[in-house]
Amino acid sequence: MIKDFGKYVIMFIVLVLIQVLILNNIQLSGLINPYIYILFILLLPFTIPGYFLLGISFLLGISIDIFSNTPGIHSGATVLIGFLRPGIAQLISSREIIEKGNTPNLSQLGFASFLKYVIIAVLIHHLFLFFAETFSFGDFLETLVRWILSSIFSIVIILASQFILFKN
Amino acid sequence: MRSLFRFLLRNYFVMMFLALEAISLALIVSLNDYQRVTFLNSSNNLVGSVYERFSNLDDYFSLSRTNARLASENASLRKQLHMRIANQENYPINRPDTVEAPAYIFTSAKVISNSVNKQFNYITINKGSRHGIKQDMGIINSEGVVGVITNVSQNYSTGLSLLNKRLLIPAKITTNNYFGSLVWDGEHYNTADLKEIPFHVIVNVGDTVVTSGYSNIFPDGIMIGKIKKFDAISGTNFYDIKVELSTNFKTLKYVEVVQNTKRTELIKLESNNITE
Repeated sequence: MIKDFGKYVIMFIVLVLIQVLILNNIQLSGLINPYIYILFILLLPFTIPGYFLLGISFLLGISIDIFSNTPGIHSGATVLIGFLRPGIAQLISSREIIEKGNTPNLSQLGFASFLKYVIIAVLIHHLFLFFAETFSFGDFLETLVRWILSSIFSIVIILASQFILFKN
Repeated sequence: MRSLFRFLLRNYFVMMFLALEAISLALIVSLNDYQRVTFLNSSNNLVGSVYERFSNLDDYFSLSRTNARLASENASLRKQLHMRIANQENYPINRPDTVEAPAYIFTSAKVISNSVNKQFNYITINKGSRHGIKQDMGIINSEGVVGVITNVSQNYSTGLSLLNKRLLIPAKITTNNYFGSLVWDGEHYNTADLKEIPFHVIVNVGDTVVTSGYSNIFPDGIMIGKIKKFDAISGTNFYDIKVELSTNFKTLKYVEVVQNTKRTELIKLESNNITE
């Protein structure tokens, strides 16, 4: 348990740093901004208590917010994912896997379920994020394009990172 | 009362979610504004030092480009100095006044964080109140206007980049001195809109746009960009002018912070006009 705790702390710091120092500087045509830090929320164990899930979501979001000067935007989106995660988990996997106290990662869920899990979470997260950022429906189409393109990139990066980690 | 507590306890997951979402929403509405609370942005010391460390590492990869830019800036400054000396020899009476404090003071700083892909972009620099940086100072570099300082901590400051839809800069067209205001279009990192230029003004593609000096923040005549294209949309009174910005925000590294030493005096004087 203690070992796992240390692992998650390191993962938290590494994901925040990757996000703010590298991915926030990827600016392909101004439309594609991948956000992969929610991987942290997705990989928390199934048995995690609700208050902890929401609290850590808020903390993760606000950390990204402080670095990128966007107070509230990332924390709002991440808390939403923390809230919906139990529901999404039930949707994509069987009860036995959840109740065994597993971690929802690639090897436990299998590729198809993990893919569904990541796609649903990233789409919801990015939708909240981009509309909260413009805070209007004025540039609806442009925001929609940014949402779709960025989501595809985030999903690809998250899956690729999981494949690389599990190969080793 | 007890049943209320029991209700809250039973639904604590939903309640906590709603509370955290409400906090986030309040932050979005209140803090993503022009003036923001200092501790929640990247002028904060911890965040600033993380950015600075990474920026120091990143610097090694752009050394040659930075050198080339400094060399060309040196050359242009030397040329200006030469012209000024030559001018003084012709007109010895036209000496610069050395008794009074200079109107503008420049402080050089390094950009440690910068973005161009958001609708509201901010930049963070490695100088703060310890180096004399204050709110509402202008940020420029050798290419042109960069932004305005909004938050200052001891060692770092953040500011609105020109690529931030909340920043309006008074600008004028050099060929005819008509002024308007420049605001980013939110689309591309090297174009902005020049507004409030009326139809009767003759505008040409390629005309230079500079700061007008009416804002008390920037000196007069700092380069902003060149007119890329313009349209006269029917039903309005003003041109729709697109300006190609001279500053390359994607390679921003070194900037200068401009302090107008007479700013408080000017603001005090101008505020008299409003009250009377």
